[in-house]
Amino acid sequence: MFENLSMLALQQYWWVLVSVLAALFVFLTFVQGGQTLLYTIGKTEAEKTIILNTLGRKWEFTFTTLVTFGGAFFASFPLFYSTSFGGAYWVWLAILIVFVIQAVAYEYRKKPANLLGAKTFEIFLVLNGLLGTILIGTAVGTFFNGAMFSLNDLNQVQWQTPFRGLEAVLTFHNVALGLAVFFLARILGLLYFIFTVDNEAIVTRSRKQMLVNSALFLVFFLYFLVWLILKEGFAVAPENGVVSMEKFKYLHNLLQMPLVLVILLVGVFGVLWGIISTIFMNSLKGFIFAGAGTVLTVLALFFVAGFNNTAFYPSVYDLQSSLTIQNASSSKFTLVAMSYVSLLIPFVLAYIVYFWRAINSKKITDEEMKEESHVY
Amino acid sequence: MIEIADASLVDWSRAQFALTAMYHWVFVPLTLGITFILAFMETLYVKTGNEEWKKITKFWMTIFGINFAIGVATGIILEFEFGTNWSNYSWFVGDIFGAPLAIEGILAFFMESTFIAIMFFGWNKVGRKTHLLATWLTAIGANLSALWILVANGWMQKPVGMVFNPETARNEMQSFWDVLFSQTAVDKWLHATSSGFVLASVFVIGISAWYLLKNREIMLAKKSIVVASVFGLLSSVYLVWTGDNSARTIAHDQPMKFAALEGLYNGSEGAGLVAIGMFSSNVADPTNENLKDFSMKLEIPNFLSYMAFLDWDAFVPGVHDLINGNEKYGYMSANEKIERGKVAIAKLGEFKEAKKAGNDSLATALKAELTSADFQNNYFKYFGYGYFTNTNDLIPNVPLTFYSFHIMVGLGFFFILLFILSLIYIWKGTFEKKKWFMKMAIISIPLAYVASQAGWIVAEVGRQPWVVQDLMPTISAVTKISSGSVMLTFWLFAVLFTVLLIAELKIMFRQIKIGPKH
Ligand code: HEM
Repeated sequence: MFENLSMLALQQYWWVLVSVLAALFVFLTFVQGGQTLLYTIGKTEAEKTIILNTLGRKWEFTFTTLVTFGGAFFASFPLFYSTSFGGAYWVWLAILIVFVIQAVAYEYRKKPANLLGAKTFEIFLVLNGLLGTILIGTAVGTFFNGAMFSLNDLNQVQWQTPFRGLEAVLTFHNVALGLAVFFLARILGLLYFIFTVDNEAIVTRSRKQMLVNSALFLVFFLYFLVWLILKEGFAVAPENGVVSMEKFKYLHNLLQMPLVLVILLVGVFGVLWGIISTIFMNSLKGFIFAGAGTVLTVLALFFVAGFNNTAFYPSVYDLQSSLTIQNASSSKFTLVAMSYVSLLIPFVLAYIVYFWRAINSKKITDEEMKEESHVY
Repeated sequence: MIEIADASLVDWSRAQFALTAMYHWVFVPLTLGITFILAFMETLYVKTGNEEWKKITKFWMTIFGINFAIGVATGIILEFEFGTNWSNYSWFVGDIFGAPLAIEGILAFFMESTFIAIMFFGWNKVGRKTHLLATWLTAIGANLSALWILVANGWMQKPVGMVFNPETARNEMQSFWDVLFSQTAVDKWLHATSSGFVLASVFVIGISAWYLLKNREIMLAKKSIVVASVFGLLSSVYLVWTGDNSARTIAHDQPMKFAALEGLYNGSEGAGLVAIGMFSSNVADPTNENLKDFSMKLEIPNFLSYMAFLDWDAFVPGVHDLINGNEKYGYMSANEKIERGKVAIAKLGEFKEAKKAGNDSLATALKAELTSADFQNNYFKYFGYGYFTNTNDLIPNVPLTFYSFHIMVGLGFFFILLFILSLIYIWKGTFEKKKWFMKMAIISIPLAYVASQAGWIVAEVGRQPWVVQDLMPTISAVTKISSGSVMLTFWLFAVLFTVLLIAELKIMFRQIKIGPKH
């Protein structure tokens, strides 16, 4: 059945899948956001234990989603994989390193004889939450602002700055996205505590933190969004693939793809409703709305970046080296083969959701921490 | 058009990949095997209802958790390192190589991480049978993860199921099944996973022996030894069998690696297998100082021919036959391959020039020529050779490959003996009286890790100078970046991983000392 799709349709299908993975990843960074709140919300050892355990049962999903995102991008758009990872070397390595230190931190923090002490592993978690979200957000910002690279005859990347990607922080629009992701992750983390923890002190403190984090999120997110709508973008001529600058390109994308505009609006509304219902209506279920809203918002942003004849990974050094979903994709054969594999994704999602609920069926409490055999 | 990176960049990039891969592989084999041991133990618990088995399962699960965390930590680097440090490679073969990596994530990693969460946190939350199922699925998920990355690795050793597309300057997939079911991939998966089973069995027996030596946790130790010895014995016999299959596949597809792992310089009919050997400092070949004489060797006549081709008298080519060529047995000389590789590279260059100049008719003609079966089989097949000038560069490090191979194989047989004795002693009830054997079992733990690392050295050092056999040499695969940057990240990883390893070992030793919860 996939064989009959056109090349472009397959490329679009895979762009949707990659976007879904990215969207799920950003949603799952509630783990990272939660980690940065460890000391703000957890005042006693027992409270910290609860926080780290409610997050600790989920951290691997975030991690695995990131890894799968990398793999799926490699399979479907290998030119992005080779260009961005090889080019923006320092950004990606910094991201990887903060995920390395996360992976051991939960398991080792409380164990006797852990060499570095509990405090160090807690700092690892805070660093992961802080840098992981900001760096990934900033890196994705370059989807809209471009990066400094060129490709040679053999499609091999030449990066044009010695900072290997770190120069992205010089563009405030990138950083604004990074900070927006960071504060969004914190909001999601707070909402997750409220949703899953049965402990007065933690829930009360989490509610209190909502206001300031939401305000900061809105500042950076709205700045990012407004500037995105106003700025010029990287358009691709469908006839010959030539890339050029177009005024209000991203606004045009939203208007020319009304469905994406709707997804974006519903998504933003979902996040806001999650926030508002928690702050003003004492709801416990804000996590669900804000989570779903996050997924939709990120999806819409990825669609704006890649669809409607737009270069999703533009080069400001050499416009014609910019990557589009057409010139960066795998061959038709690989896309078709991978598309068959993708039919298993709903099945994978179904068992993840099923077992997630089995583990989360009861709220996490102090008592449980004392009885449970595997406590972080 | 062809740019070759400077040598220090290549060396640092290789060093970093070797470092991160070897660190990762410290933790993976235990995961591959111990998850099955956990599944066996929990099955016994569910079948018998004996709480003792539950306690045992939980104890090994704690040990597994400590190992797993650092396995995950070291693994994420590898997923991205192909891009960060081998970006030219990632483009050249990404159309084939990316797919298994993605499937690994979608199908295996999620399975593993979902069911691990149930395994650790689900004891009081899901039913007994569901929990057991989760434990089994964790084991299966872990071993499936290994499948996909080994398919990818197998493809690099023996590229199949693809064709080169001059337009995009990359190889494109033509048959998914050829890639998945390539003999090399299958051999690798079976051998690498079963090596994990063996390592985990040795690990469990060794730690149990330590308890017996200390005269504590007797019940746990004995029951664990029974499970691990049976699993270990079956797996180790299977391991030797799969290793033997691997060797045959290599003899066929990577004759240079095969010659290196046996230290065979001059091929012959009815070649003997060097069971034990040692190199001297004397140069065996005046034109290549890297090839050293044996100072002593114990050879079993005709065995190598049989191992390679299942024929006691078959001709096995040596390093010299592969470099100088051997007309009688149909081996092309390296110089000829280099010439053909250069022709392929030049043709591709001409095509790119024609495209650039907008000379469409010439470009079309060149493309037709490049993609013709004749050109593919006689010239493109040797594409990678075109990067070389000195034929000596086509020979891997012989002593390192040779020693690693022999250490691995020797230990393989040693472990079989270990498992047999372990079974006999536990059967007769004399295990805890044999002090020497308990000590040997403990010492065997590091040996299992040595064998396992040696295996990867054989596979990866033995295939140099190639990242993709005959098509892409290591020197042209690397990301163009200052070697200082890679040097810096090398040291960053070296320090970080070493610190984490020390932490892991300390935690592990302490947990073993603490023992199971009573
Ligand atoms: C008589 C026993 C053995 C034989 C004949 C054997 C054979 C081989 C061969 C030929 C390779 C190279 C495969 C390649 O380059 O593609 C290999 C690789 C490897 N071996 Fe062994 N081996 C034996 C025992 C062991 C043992 C005891 C272990 C560890 C406990 C082990 C672990 C590995 C690993 C991890 C690799 C790398 C993965 C792979 O290439 O499959 N082997 N072995």
